[in-house]
Amino acid sequence: MKNGAVRKRAFGLSMLVGASLLTCLVPARAETALLNVSYDPTRELYRDINTVFAEEWKAKTGEAITVRASHGGSGAQARTVIDGVDADVVTLGIPSDIDAIAKLTHKIPDDWRTKLPNEATPYTSTVVFLVRKGNPKGVKDWADLTKPDVKVITPNPKTSAGGRWNFLAAWGYAYGQDKDAAKADAFVGQIYKNVPVLDTGARGSTVTFAQRGLGDVLPTWENEAYLVLQEFGAEKFDIVSPPTSIYAEPPVALVAANTERKGTTKAAQAYLDFLYSDRAQAIFAKHHYRPIRREAAAPADLAQLPEIKLFKIEEYQGSWDEIQKRNFDAGGLFDRLSRAGR
Amino acid sequence: MSESEIFSPTFAPTTRGEPVASEGTGTRIVLIGIAIAFLALFLVLPLIAVFTQAFSKGIEAFLAAFREPDAWSAIRLTLTVAAIAVPFNVVFGLAASWAIAKFEFSGKALLITLIDLPFSVSPVVSGLIYVLLFGSQGLFGTWLMDHGIQILFALPGIVLATVFVTFPFVARELIPLMQEQGSSEEEAALTLGASGLHAFRTVTLPNIRWGLLYSVLLCNARAMGEFGAVSVVSGHIRGLTNTIPLHVEILYNEYNFVASFAVATLLAVLALITLVLKSILEWRFAGELAHGRAH
Amino acid sequence: MAKTPRRTWTFRRPSVIPGFGLSFGYTLTCLGLIVLLPLAGLVAKASGLGISGIWEVATDPRVSSALRISFGVSAVAALVASSFGFLVAWVLTRYDFPGRKLVDAAVDLPFALPTAVAGIALASLYAPDGFLGAPLARLGIQAAYTPVGIFIAMVFIGLPFAVRTVQPLIAEIDKEIEEASATLGASRFATLTKVVLPPLIPAVLTGFAMAFARGVGEYGSIIFIAGNLPYVSEIAPLLIVIKLSEFDYGGAAAIATIMLGISFLTLLAINLIQAWSRRRFGYV
Repeated sequence: MKNGAVRKRAFGLSMLVGASLLTCLVPARAETALLNVSYDPTRELYRDINTVFAEEWKAKTGEAITVRASHGGSGAQARTVIDGVDADVVTLGIPSDIDAIAKLTHKIPDDWRTKLPNEATPYTSTVVFLVRKGNPKGVKDWADLTKPDVKVITPNPKTSAGGRWNFLAAWGYAYGQDKDAAKADAFVGQIYKNVPVLDTGARGSTVTFAQRGLGDVLPTWENEAYLVLQEFGAEKFDIVSPPTSIYAEPPVALVAANTERKGTTKAAQAYLDFLYSDRAQAIFAKHHYRPIRREAAAPADLAQLPEIKLFKIEEYQGSWDEIQKRNFDAGGLFDRLSRAGR
Repeated sequence: MSESEIFSPTFAPTTRGEPVASEGTGTRIVLIGIAIAFLALFLVLPLIAVFTQAFSKGIEAFLAAFREPDAWSAIRLTLTVAAIAVPFNVVFGLAASWAIAKFEFSGKALLITLIDLPFSVSPVVSGLIYVLLFGSQGLFGTWLMDHGIQILFALPGIVLATVFVTFPFVARELIPLMQEQGSSEEEAALTLGASGLHAFRTVTLPNIRWGLLYSVLLCNARAMGEFGAVSVVSGHIRGLTNTIPLHVEILYNEYNFVASFAVATLLAVLALITLVLKSILEWRFAGELAHGRAH
Repeated sequence: MAKTPRRTWTFRRPSVIPGFGLSFGYTLTCLGLIVLLPLAGLVAKASGLGISGIWEVATDPRVSSALRISFGVSAVAALVASSFGFLVAWVLTRYDFPGRKLVDAAVDLPFALPTAVAGIALASLYAPDGFLGAPLARLGIQAAYTPVGIFIAMVFIGLPFAVRTVQPLIAEIDKEIEEASATLGASRFATLTKVVLPPLIPAVLTGFAMAFARGVGEYGSIIFIAGNLPYVSEIAPLLIVIKLSEFDYGGAAAIATIMLGISFLTLLAINLIQAWSRRRFGYV
């Protein structure tokens, strides 16, 4: 009898295993599915974009399509594509991460930035400051981040695209002052001395600043700053837009090798083209990104994005290869600064 | 090295009453107080925090977390992974404990140490090793890609990482248990003409059934809750490769704290159920469990 | 696998019980495929750097500081976990009080509670505005986002190991020896330190080693509460993840190999402690 019970359980278990194996071997997927591997703060954006794209695709071709998204620190996300995530498109935070995929796997052609308009960047953004209500520390510009009593929350530039843009924005600001690279290096070092927490992704930093109440200023993606006001309440924080900041380009690319194998090239290309359409551009503006075609966006959304003097970091530091190497690769500026600053 | 000596299962409460040699009542109360305060601070408070945070915006907000299809696909994936990993480890545990407990051979201590190894390996390393093997930059990456086999960032990779971290669970419970019980009963059955399989089913299995159930419980809890190893091999694709713990993290990173803690309560309840069942087993069948050093 | 039981007939003692080949072969195959082969792949990847390459990674200031933090904090946490673990085990086996069984069951909570859940729960408790973080902050102690946070998480996950290794041994102590010691006029303190405690030392050490090993490798519960600041609160497992995000597979494998080596040493230490204890006290 005991024996029977054991056997029955074993039988139940094997049924369970069998059933679960079946469910994963026979995915209920008669429709096309695209995978968009993206960076941290675009979760809300691509949820909207994906829904609208699926509607348009259905209207145009009659086919149902699902766009799945995965989010995380830009570098970590690029790593999963390099290791074999079946991404159809990548929409990452910084060009060097897509370069890394192209270089290491050749799944993306090296000249990917020429494949889509505006250097494969359907929208841009910049770095602004999120401060506590009333701006008690009086943070107005980048130089204020070096004050010893100002605690700065920013993500790790090694893993997060947002962290890299923050880093480069600070450097570019200092370099713009008196065109002295050594001085700019020291300026950035000064800021990172004020950083008490270094999260791996932009989202982690926002949670640390907004939810956990640490730090005085959070330099962050402009869109992320507005999202915080929405999610955590505008009565708790202010956005301070510095007079100058960086022209941040989160680019997109087709992972050609994957789409060819899966036969999704047409849909994936259409998805990327869609990002340049009027509807998508308007959605970017709605989520506080800077659309490249302002005429497509709602004026009310555009009015929220203040005039900031934006510089391109390439003009100061050269190609993205050089930028990555100079600042973030092993032994680069960030490594030297954190070693000196400990 | 007989592992059974380590902890023989005399878990039954010691004779209470007034022992001659013990601490005074005052000391006792102080010590009990310290122990309970410490446990409350370090163990119980975090558990309470999960539930208070989950219900901080009311029951409606709590339930909303479970209306998301992504939450359900995470639950489904976690159940699937456990349904594969746990039976696998049961079969492995039975085989390993049979080989180790019923036979004497050289190198046994080394074998036991190797089975133990995943216990002390960092979960991140447990994920990394499979990335290095099956990632497209890895050892078998090109071959797998040429044959269109996806292991990483799909069910097989998640299952492998889970099997790795739960690998010793069943074996380490059953080995000492079988060693304690010895092989005389099986030998008797065999002498009476039973086949080996028959002896295993009618003699061994009934003897170890509570220990087996006990280890399955713990193995299952770990399999469903594993975070570090799975996060390295999962790819975090919403609705596809997110397990419950990863879904908790994703919600947390979307500022959806209530939903994050709400989904976390699922795992917390699972933990509580595990503890309750485990305690019942310990109280009722103490003699039939091995108290291996690692649970 | 080359290790299938080819030497079966020489290295094992004969037995009437069947199934050795099958069970032993299956065990080795699984062990080989799931554990040994992947770990060998890791070591192979790291050895691509050469000994000097691994040494270079290990002595890189950021890596060595992360290793120091992981091992240092874990050692302190394991110490605290095993001292309080001993106390808890003592109280649970020696004293009777209402709710004892409940407390006993609660000890295993960290074991059953997934680490990610523990992480967000601890972070919300110990954050500067959290239930415990706020009073601590008034005392000038910042717990979350500092090594103190790492310490708290490590104590949390290490505690069950510390309690459960000593508990059965305390239960087994022969009370007559204790009573004899008391009758012969030894003070309670002397009885405890001279008679009761020495045989328990190996178990306490084993519990310490296990809590230590778990703490060193822990990831899920720590990253939420640690602050992850290089040179201050960045742990070694996180650095592996960061190295991966930088596409530095060799570096990740090197750190992992170092950690693996140390976990193996810890396991070895546990075995040695037990061997020593078997010689010294006749049991483990």
